[in-house]
Amino acid sequence: MSALDYAAADGVGLVAAIRDGRASAREITEAALAQIGKRGPAVNAFTTVLPAQARADADRVDAARAAGRDPGSLAGLPFAVKDLFDIAGVTTLAGSKINAERPPAARDAAAVAALRRAGAVLVGALNMDEYAYGFTTENSHYGPTRNPHDPTRVAGGSSGGSGAAVGAGLVPLTLGSDTNGSVRVPAALCGAFGLKPTYGRVSRVGTALFAGSFDHVGAIGRSVRDVTAAFDVIQGPDREDPACSTRPAEPCLPVLGQGIDGLRIAVLDGHFARGGEPEAFAAVAAVAAALGVSRRATIPEAHRARAAAMVITACEGALAHLPDLRTRPGDFDPLTRDRFLAGALVPGVVYQQAQRFRAWYRARVAELFREVDVLLAPTTPCPAPRIGQEKMVLDGVEVLTRPNLGVYTQPLSFIGLPVLSVPVGRVGSLPLGVQIIGPPFREAHVLRVGALLEAKGVAAAAVTP
Amino acid sequence: MSPMPTPTEIGAYVDAAANLIALPIAPPHRPGVIQFMGVVLSAAALVMEFPLPDEVESAPVFDPGSSRP
Repeated sequence: MSALDYAAADGVGLVAAIRDGRASAREITEAALAQIGKRGPAVNAFTTVLPAQARADADRVDAARAAGRDPGSLAGLPFAVKDLFDIAGVTTLAGSKINAERPPAARDAAAVAALRRAGAVLVGALNMDEYAYGFTTENSHYGPTRNPHDPTRVAGGSSGGSGAAVGAGLVPLTLGSDTNGSVRVPAALCGAFGLKPTYGRVSRVGTALFAGSFDHVGAIGRSVRDVTAAFDVIQGPDREDPACSTRPAEPCLPVLGQGIDGLRIAVLDGHFARGGEPEAFAAVAAVAAALGVSRRATIPEAHRARAAAMVITACEGALAHLPDLRTRPGDFDPLTRDRFLAGALVPGVVYQQAQRFRAWYRARVAELFREVDVLLAPTTPCPAPRIGQEKMVLDGVEVLTRPNLGVYTQPLSFIGLPVLSVPVGRVGSLPLGVQIIGPPFREAHVLRVGALLEAKGVAAAAVTP
Repeated sequence: MSPMPTPTEIGAYVDAAANLIALPIAPPHRPGVIQFMGVVLSAAALVMEFPLPDEVESAPVFDPGSSRP
């Protein structure tokens, strides 16, 4: 298989080629490593590449197949993970300089181990905002990750390496984490599909937590079936993660082709229909038109939910790093340090009231989901801003660039709803995303809608290899 | 709702609160901390001004039977 074929295929397509004997896992892995070597430096997506481990894993897949054993549902699928997932034998940086002093991880994170058990081939770790506190991956220690479609622009964040690696055709699948939008924002800005499952649906064991109340593991991929295949492997209970649901896994790949019959779909208005550029809303309108949706729905107090998410994130994030903030603040990224320091000073009553508001808001959204099954909203208010851009104009108002990229994602992760960001609109060469939002534990709903949009050609990954 | 505090008032709070929890704020970092504290306080005002029924409890559940640290 040539590198061109590799860059053109989605992950599940590569697995099929390997399982059918049209390509070996080793050939696919070599193609991935070649593409990383060719495009990797320009986008700065990777912090660590693991060629020896990847080749050994690929050879195991090929040996299993040659011996007539099942090589796994993800046999030979090359993937990479945000550098906050533990990889056995590698120091987990979490985008920081401080953590580089730590010893290598003793074992793989739960989600990484699950993918490798299914035959997927881990090729490396990916750049991110320091300790996941950002939406742009302008990392001062390891350099900014660049948007694969325009290197002067950000890839989004905090899982920016995870988005850029897919958008540049380096690997078809990555793992990221999403606390306030950190899977969905880079997926949208890099032109990929990004799935943030329900809070507690995927184990976070072996990941560096940022704000535990909201931290989710998610997947970014070339196609809906790529993120679905990964999700089916990593979802389910884990007693080691106190936030992980005991609900049994519910595979979604078998229902992807069911279409949207029976699903009541509405476009979110209010907070989700203002404060963005016209092209962001045009992308939602294009999706709604393709689905034949004219219904509107409102989530009350979504702007307040975003505020509460900001408060809780600031407090929990600061506490996680308080010892280092006391003794070595100069070793933090200047883009995160002052926010971590301020978060340590927020009064406790504000934190607790934000948590109480979260419960109230969850009840309001649950009421809405008795009337609809799926909601639509923009992922970001605009396409990728320029690297270093401090301010931008949205809807005629000048605002800070970095926090406002999450204006539409934060009110949803705040209560752990499953969301698929699908790549749709393109402004020039720059992609945009639309969020497909479901009730808790109804990943199947949002993935079915995404699969239909992909089949119709309305949603498609943008890859600049 | 009282008006938002001025940067000077926020600075006084930052200095006092940081001192109480033994968190040194180096002079070069202080303006950025005050700026973000202002952002958080604006968000906090949105949270605190919203009336919630007394019976609303926050969602985290403490499991007295768990042995996990």
